[in-house]
Amino acid sequence: MSAPAIELINVGRRFLTPDGKSMTALRDFTMSVDRGEFACVVGPTGCGKSTTLNLVTGLAKPSSGEVRLMGGPVNGIDPRVGFVFQADALFPWRSVLDNVVAGPLFRGKPKKESYDKARSWVARVGLGRFENHYPHQLSGGMRKRVALAQTFINEPEILLMDEPFSALDVQTRVLMQDELLKLWSEAKASVVFVTHDLEEAIALADKVYVLTAGPATVKAVYHIDISRPRVSSEIRYEPHFIEISRTIWNDLKEEVLISHNRAKAA
Amino acid sequence: MTLATQTSMPPAYRAGTSDAEIEAAAALAIQRRKTQVLVWRIAILVVILGCWELFSRSGPLLDGLLGAPASGPRKSLIDPFFFSSPSLIVARIYEWITEGTELGSLWYQIWITFEEAVLGFLAGSIAGILAGIALGRNKFAADVFSIYIKIANAIPRVVLAPIFIIAFGFGIMSKIAVAFVMVFFVVFANAFQGVREADRAMIANAQILGASPWAVTRSVIIPSAMSWIFASLHVSFGFAIVGAVVGELLGSRAGIGQLIAVAQGSFDPAGVFAGMIVLLIVAIAADYGMTAIENKLVKWRPAPFSES
Repeated sequence: MSAPAIELINVGRRFLTPDGKSMTALRDFTMSVDRGEFACVVGPTGCGKSTTLNLVTGLAKPSSGEVRLMGGPVNGIDPRVGFVFQADALFPWRSVLDNVVAGPLFRGKPKKESYDKARSWVARVGLGRFENHYPHQLSGGMRKRVALAQTFINEPEILLMDEPFSALDVQTRVLMQDELLKLWSEAKASVVFVTHDLEEAIALADKVYVLTAGPATVKAVYHIDISRPRVSSEIRYEPHFIEISRTIWNDLKEEVLISHNRAKAA
Repeated sequence: MTLATQTSMPPAYRAGTSDAEIEAAAALAIQRRKTQVLVWRIAILVVILGCWELFSRSGPLLDGLLGAPASGPRKSLIDPFFFSSPSLIVARIYEWITEGTELGSLWYQIWITFEEAVLGFLAGSIAGILAGIALGRNKFAADVFSIYIKIANAIPRVVLAPIFIIAFGFGIMSKIAVAFVMVFFVVFANAFQGVREADRAMIANAQILGASPWAVTRSVIIPSAMSWIFASLHVSFGFAIVGAVVGELLGSRAGIGQLIAVAQGSFDPAGVFAGMIVLLIVAIAADYGMTAIENKLVKWRPAPFSES
């Protein structure tokens, strides 16, 4: 059995706040994602969920412990990693096609080949007619599709997603979840998907990590035994889904309350 | 919806009107408003110029109506000897166009000032953009140089003009240098700020997609600083003209500033105002040109909401 795609072993992460105070975002954090596995991370707001992703990208370094990708240590930004951001990270001065083609061109692929590939990816996310539109001319859901195409075109083996759909309205969000499941089942990437939406986590994941209120550590791991392929817009009404949802929520609720009371006290 | 709210609406929006009718009514309203704005603008100009002209002739006019008093002719409310009058100014510009100025052809004077402003503007903005981006990308250098930039920025730039005239002489080089320093700091500050404001997520996105540091600068930092830079270019062409004219006022052989200086030397306010008007026209024309270029380059920006 080969090494897991992503491993965080007893990772701690401390950083300085702008006013010079030392803050602990993560402590004794251990998680492991197998190749082709879809893991979701849920936890109260501001507990340090996004920090875990930055450690995997190499944009941030752990203060203690170890982060391993495909069995090897993380050294800077790894080309096997793809990242979908919460905020709009598209380049507003580039058309849809030029946004999607950015990755291959940055990586020095030939122009012609890159554009052919970009065109097929734009079509795959259903934006064929919008190739030459600029991001500001698209709806929020369409922009997310562009972001997905922009990330998937690099064929990442490891896909990190930081609350990518949280800014979308509920209907669009569910559609995007199905879109993501479709793309993922074809690409076979290992995914870490951070969200605060528990239903989203259960609908998507093989494995749900529940984090404690900050400084975050793993409180519990749940394996989601719902068969695939799943349709996010439908499975959430099945009794088994609701049962899982209730179990995890009982666990998560405590942490949310701690975090909430802390915010109120501050 | 109740009947009361329906009847209070403008007639075009009442039930039973078609979309085309509503659109036609809206188009008409917009057109009417545009016309109103234009009429008011013209009216204000006419009133101001009319008063100026009238008051500058009030003395002779009253003398003509009531007869000159024994103590001598009346003075006008605005003395045209000091403040000229619209008709004198127009006459002067007409004379400049048809017969040329004291310094030769008017077009040549405009060309000289324009040339100085454009060259100073180009050099200053290119240097400003390069320095702004370089310093914006390098936090340490930015921290080191920030104090000197503050100091340099605190000097009123026009006082450097005498030094440039001493150093570079009465030719166009000294004016280009003044225009350069006027432009450089404005563009530099904006380019620097623009680089600083570049979106973090966008930079991280480019890095993860595989961009090298240079590719990040080229395809994220510079484009996102562009709207800041353009905003500053717009203002700073005005500054370039100021720089060129100040340089000319202090000592030169040609240019609109020199034209104004000559007029001042011969107690000719009409000439000063005429020079001002010519400058104004040059500046407005340049501003329009700049907007046109900007619209061509920054085509991704969302269209601003219409003013109507």
